[in-house]
Amino acid sequence: MHWVQNNGIFDDLDQYIKWVQIIPNCCWLCYHPPVFGCAFCFELPINKRLSLSLLSVNNLSCIKRDRILFDELGFVLQPGELLHVQGPNGAGKTSLLRLLVGLSQPQSGEICWQGENIRQIPSQYQRQLCYFGHKLGVNLALSALDNLHFWCQMQGIKADTDLYPLLETLGLVGLEELPAGQLSAGQQRRIALARFWLKSCPLWVLDEPFTALDRQAVQMLKSRMQAHLQEQGIIVMTSHQSLDFPTPVRELHLEYRL
Amino acid sequence: MIYPLAGLLRRELALAYRQKAELVQPLIFFVLVISLFPLGVGPGPQMLQKIGPGVIWVAVLLSSLLGMERLFRDDFSDGWLEQMMLSGLPLPLVVLVKVIAHWLTCVLPLLLVSPLLALFLNLSPAMYQALVLGLLLGTPLLSLVGATGVALTLGLQRGGVLLSLLLLPLFVPLLIFATSAVDAAAMQLPYNGQLAIIGALLLLALALSPLATAHALKISQN
Repeated sequence: MHWVQNNGIFDDLDQYIKWVQIIPNCCWLCYHPPVFGCAFCFELPINKRLSLSLLSVNNLSCIKRDRILFDELGFVLQPGELLHVQGPNGAGKTSLLRLLVGLSQPQSGEICWQGENIRQIPSQYQRQLCYFGHKLGVNLALSALDNLHFWCQMQGIKADTDLYPLLETLGLVGLEELPAGQLSAGQQRRIALARFWLKSCPLWVLDEPFTALDRQAVQMLKSRMQAHLQEQGIIVMTSHQSLDFPTPVRELHLEYRL
Repeated sequence: MIYPLAGLLRRELALAYRQKAELVQPLIFFVLVISLFPLGVGPGPQMLQKIGPGVIWVAVLLSSLLGMERLFRDDFSDGWLEQMMLSGLPLPLVVLVKVIAHWLTCVLPLLLVSPLLALFLNLSPAMYQALVLGLLLGTPLLSLVGATGVALTLGLQRGGVLLSLLLLPLFVPLLIFATSAVDAAAMQLPYNGQLAIIGALLLLALALSPLATAHALKISQN
């Protein structure tokens, strides 16, 4: 899938994506490891060459109520990688995710998407991501169907596709016309999670997605996430559960600092 | 970009239809306040005609404040606001759509019952005309300025009282010019000037308030 807009620099982007996983930062022309003296490796500025390291975070710090949650945080995520953010309550996991999606602004540092600061390209960046936060964004007076329908419209997703098969997968059939307020907490979360089936975008940001879900729903979400990683997507998530994915998972431990 | 924004408008209208009780509340308040006045000050037609415009406008201000919090409070608490901010749409336009929806659902009903209330208060046809023109120009201004106020007080636990304190002083110029238009109409004087000033205020708010509101909403997320 062409997650990354091919801006003409890379002729065969899929090919490059495959290679860059084998040889990090390999030459964009002939895929050899970066060597000094190769005109093509060093012709492009590094952020362009690394534009496939879709999400990069540099020197990020977050201060809340005079407490430093984290500082000098940095990581780079390549397509197909999952970052599992862990840490005790109050360590700043949610704050980190909100910074990543651009809901709040960092005290210092920058977050780059394809080499460009997300503050420079907000709407372009937002079209590439799907966020699942503590607040679900599910209106309790509207039905499950309406909630998803209006969300699709807002995202510009043509909702001509039938939503019923998806609702069936999520175990919401028969409940789709009820106001969401009459559903259980887990069912409400299933409505919100349906967005990850509806919007196809490279970056998923999930904040504690497994709470209040039953075992079957957790399994379903995990297999959806694995499929997304295989499609070269990126996932950043927090969870207190272990993920036990077959593919390697990158972990980031945040500490509670006083 | 039109399609997502139209979708947002449809959502607001659907939501208003589901929450009819909350919508009717400001309307009932409006009707009650105005129908109580003749009982309180006595049914003298001259007296009622004199206080009528002021009473109607004060009632409009207060009842629009009642419904004002609906504008963003629910979206803020259930997380829809975050989803809107991450939708890739320009936030000022989203705000404008919300304001239009709020005006259509909360304020337009007040305008629709106003002929009845003008009758209660013995307004002459010329006065009524000036009143409706003033309301048509002035109430969108209420919604626009109100949206900024609501967005600013969003992070607070009990923002209601603060919101009234914040907004009512801003509405004073509108109140003065709108009632003065009706008074001028009662004396068969031209009232274009007052309407022009309200129109200018409206245009100013239309240009600035969505931007200010969008910024306040961003701050509320921090």
